[in-house]
Amino acid sequence: MSADVIDKSLETFVLNLGPQHPATHGVLRVKLTMDGEYIVHAEPVLGYIHRMHEKMGENRTWAQFMPNTGRLDYLAALSYNHGYAMAAERAEGIEVPERAEYIRCITVELNRIASHLLWFGAFVLDLGGFTPLLYAFDDREQILDLLESVTGARLTFCYFRFGGVYNDIDDNFITGTREFIKRLRSRMPMYHDLVTNNIILIKRLKGIGPISQEMCRRYGATGPVLRGSGVNFDVRKHEPYSVYPEFDFDIPVYTDCDSMARYMVRMDEMEQSMRIIEQGLDKLPEGPVMAAKAPKILKPAKGDYYCAVEAARGSFGIRLVSDGTNTPYRLKLRSPTFSNLSLFAEACQGMLLPDALALMGTLDLVIPEIDR
Amino acid sequence: MAYFNELYSGTKSLFIGMGITIKEFFKPVVTLQYPHESLTMTARFRGHIELVRDLESGGNKCIVCGMCQKACPSGCITGNGEKREGVKGKVLTEYTLDFTKCSLCGMCVESCKPAAIQFSKDYNLAGPSREAYIYDLLKRLEEQK
Repeated sequence: MSADVIDKSLETFVLNLGPQHPATHGVLRVKLTMDGEYIVHAEPVLGYIHRMHEKMGENRTWAQFMPNTGRLDYLAALSYNHGYAMAAERAEGIEVPERAEYIRCITVELNRIASHLLWFGAFVLDLGGFTPLLYAFDDREQILDLLESVTGARLTFCYFRFGGVYNDIDDNFITGTREFIKRLRSRMPMYHDLVTNNIILIKRLKGIGPISQEMCRRYGATGPVLRGSGVNFDVRKHEPYSVYPEFDFDIPVYTDCDSMARYMVRMDEMEQSMRIIEQGLDKLPEGPVMAAKAPKILKPAKGDYYCAVEAARGSFGIRLVSDGTNTPYRLKLRSPTFSNLSLFAEACQGMLLPDALALMGTLDLVIPEIDR
Repeated sequence: MAYFNELYSGTKSLFIGMGITIKEFFKPVVTLQYPHESLTMTARFRGHIELVRDLESGGNKCIVCGMCQKACPSGCITGNGEKREGVKGKVLTEYTLDFTKCSLCGMCVESCKPAAIQFSKDYNLAGPSREAYIYDLLKRLEEQK
């Protein structure tokens, strides 16, 4: 005899995905209301790793906030260094030497590749494939070694300064980077053979987890998520900063709106980043790496300043309000994954749980950056 | 027909993947067998700070200006000095680093005019208690003799 259902709504149950779950890659909790294997309602619960970065910024000098920017998105820390340094330079009116701008672009793009490689490995791991992670980490280690030789750190970089960069790059770094690009170019077809063309991956991603353009716009999604939905928007091209206008590179855009599209955008972005790095190394000018007139203690004029950069996960914006003293009056961080995560609740409705995890993987979440 | 095509191409893709894994299996090991081998850190590696030895006097180069203390975002440096007869300027009597708070940003090293502090190359740090990470850098300099 089967049990009678009194109320249709009682058939559902609540499942806690996280705060400790391997697929959320950090302390994110998603409260899922499930109807069997299907998701009826999802509610991301944030704040488990909230560290008050914005408030910390208001209590220290402008330069002292720099190490914090490396700890927001620890996988692509240099983009955040770049965003903050640029915003402060705009506020103070510091001219950055050209060589420093080139070094910034080269290191940021290297960091972007490292971030995408880690995402690639971890994402395939979520889907149940273990080996690609090890191959991706092999390549990523090479980048970290290169960046360590210049910045002195492997993950939480604090390399950029107001008016330039901390250290100049040397010939070892240049030859090492060229060799690495050659190596990664030869390994990309291997990644595609091993993972992209794999029938299991195609079945798991193709047509799964559609995110429409309209939904992206509503939630303010940026980065590969937006470009996977067919919107050609990249801060590097559309609101050019630094020396990006000097480089010839494409913005990969896929119109399928599914998980596969977002996967392909990231894979293609790595190739484009390699192009940027090569051009940067070719064009690298001689000269100083630090502005001669950069003040030691910043005191920007009263006002409101905003600056956005294209981080590995989307558009990272930083708003600074200065009251003319040596500490910021307000420091607002606009992090891309926060917006990208917000659409998850709507996008995953009615999906199977394993498909929703694949969708979440393609959002490339970094939790410390969401909670800040 | 489409079903069989997919079956064929799908199975083929699995074998291609297997082939790559097998090829990789015979390649040399890329990992380092850590406790048995260890890396030498690069010249720019940022470990915790240490005092630089003054080759002329054998002591330290610190002039007790307090710039590193001011520059540190987390307030991990405590330095003190005193006036001594017959010596020009102040003499360093205490220099403590609370490594539990340090974020290795390097602001202190940059701010140091006489270049009295540098990054150490220690990276495999482990300790049984919190106090083990409060370093007396003056003592450390003396012990290094």
